[in-house]
Amino acid sequence: MNILRKAAIPIIAIIVFVLFWEWLVWVNGWPNYKMASPSDLGPAFWKFRWLFLQYGWETLWRTVAGLMLAIVFGTLIGMIMGFSRTARDGLYPLLVGFNAIPKATVVPVIALMFVGAHDMNTILIAFLISFFPIAVSISIGLSTLEPEYRDILRSLGASKFTIFRKIALPKTLPEFFGALKVAVTLAFIGTNLMEIVEPHGKGLGHLFDSGKISADYPLMFAVLIALAVLGIFLYYVVVYLEKIFAGWAERAET
Amino acid sequence: MTDEPQISLRGVTHAYMTDDGPLPVLRDLNITVQKGAFTAVVGPSGCGKSTLTRLIAGLMFPDEGEVRLGGKLVKSPRSTVGMAFQNPVLLEWRSILRNVLLPLEIVANDLSQSQREDRARELLALVGLEGFEEKKPSELSGGMRQRASLCRALVHRPEVLILDEPFGALDAFTREDLWQIMHELRHEEEFTCLLITHDLRESVFLADEVVVLSGRPATTQEVLKVTLGKDRVLDDLYTPEATDMLAHLRHQIQIAQGRGEELAA
Repeated sequence: MNILRKAAIPIIAIIVFVLFWEWLVWVNGWPNYKMASPSDLGPAFWKFRWLFLQYGWETLWRTVAGLMLAIVFGTLIGMIMGFSRTARDGLYPLLVGFNAIPKATVVPVIALMFVGAHDMNTILIAFLISFFPIAVSISIGLSTLEPEYRDILRSLGASKFTIFRKIALPKTLPEFFGALKVAVTLAFIGTNLMEIVEPHGKGLGHLFDSGKISADYPLMFAVLIALAVLGIFLYYVVVYLEKIFAGWAERAET
Repeated sequence: MTDEPQISLRGVTHAYMTDDGPLPVLRDLNITVQKGAFTAVVGPSGCGKSTLTRLIAGLMFPDEGEVRLGGKLVKSPRSTVGMAFQNPVLLEWRSILRNVLLPLEIVANDLSQSQREDRARELLALVGLEGFEEKKPSELSGGMRQRASLCRALVHRPEVLILDEPFGALDAFTREDLWQIMHELRHEEEFTCLLITHDLRESVFLADEVVVLSGRPATTQEVLKVTLGKDRVLDDLYTPEATDMLAHLRHQIQIAQGRGEELAA
C-alpha cells in the first residue's frame, strides 16, 4: 500500500502535467513551432527512435564520466581545503572566480585547445561545471567537524588518516550526496552545452541542433523531454546510492 | 613506582596566542590525583578547565611545568586514557555497540572480536543500556547517549578517565541518574578519574577531592577533601555535612570570580 502510494503520487503528477500541457496548446490553438503538444512528441520519438537511443547513450556516458571526474577532483580539492586553513584561504577566491565564468564561454576555448577530441572536450565541460559544489561541500563538511570528534580518536593515538577514514569521511557523506544531487544535473548542462555550442555530430545536443536546422519543432521538444528523463534517471541513481551509504542521516518520519 | 600519583601536574603554565598577544589561561597549576581516586575540578567559567583536560590527554603541551601520568611525562596522546565530553559525540552511522567498540579498533590489544563485543556488552549492561546495542544514537535520549559515551571512554580499560562536563547538558533528574551510574562504574571498574564540572553538588557527590581553580589565569586555589563515605546516595547531599562543604565551595568560587573581575578591571 505504502509503496503503491509512493509510486502513484509522482506518476499522477506527471499525467496531470502532460494533460495540462496538451490542454494549454489546444485551447490557445498554438501551432507546433510555437509550442509542440505532448501528442506531437510520440511520433517524433518513434520516427527517430534509433537516433534517440544512440545519442542518448552518448550524452549519458559522457555526463557520467564528467561527473566521476568531478567527484574525484572535487573530493580531493575539498579535502585539501577542509584540512588546511591556508589552502582554504588561498583556493576559495580562485574557485569562486572560476565558477563565476559562464561555461558557454569556456566551450570554444576548450574546443580550440583540444581540436577534434570531442569526447574528451565534452567530458571536460561536464566536469568543469559540476566539481565546484562537491569541493565546497566536502571542505565545509571537514572544516566544521567538531574538535571532540577528532579528540576521541586522537587521544588514543590514532593517526590522521585513521581519523579521516573512521570519522571525517563518513560524517561528510550526507553533505557530499547533497552536493552530488546538484552536480548531477549540472553535468548534464555541461555535456549539452558542448554538444550544442560546438556541434560534432554526437549526443542529444546534436539531435536538438538537427531539429532546429530542419525546422522539426516536435523533435526539439522531444529532445528536451529525453534530457529530462535522463536527468531524472541519474538523479534517482544518486538518491539510491545515498540511501545505501548515508541512509543513517535520514530521520525517521514523526 | 607504586607510590607515584596517577595524575600529576606540577607548575603548569599555559597561554594561548591571540591577535592581542598571549592570553594566559593556566599559571603555576598543581594537581595530584592518586591511583584509583576521583578528583573533581571546579572553577569559574572560562578559567581554562578544558585546557586542563587536553593537557592531561596529551593533545596539547604546557608552556611551562610538567604533566605526568603514572610518573611518566606526557609527550603524546596515549591509549591508557579515556575521555568523555559534554557533547557525547557518538558516530550517527554506527550502532551503539559499534560506537562503544571504536576505541578497541585503535588501541592495539590481543582481544578477539567476540571478546571485544562481550566487553562492550558488559559495560552497556552495567549502565542500563542492555537491549539498545543495535540501536542508532539518534534513537536514544540525551541521557542514554551520554551513558554510551561513558562506555566508549571505558571500553579499553583506561587507567585514567577524563570527564569534561559530561553531564552539563542534561536535565537535573537525568543528571542525578548518571551520578548514580558513575558510582556503579567506579565500583565495578578500576580507573583514576578527573572530572571537570561547574556543578558543585556533582563534585561533592562524585569526588573524593574537589579542586577549586581561581579565575583566569587559573591556579589551584583550594583543595577540599570530601568527607562523605564511599557508598553515597543522593540523600547524603542534604546532610548538614554536605551542606557545609557546598557552602564552603560556593564561597571559594565567589572568591575566584571576584579575582577574575579584579583582573578584568
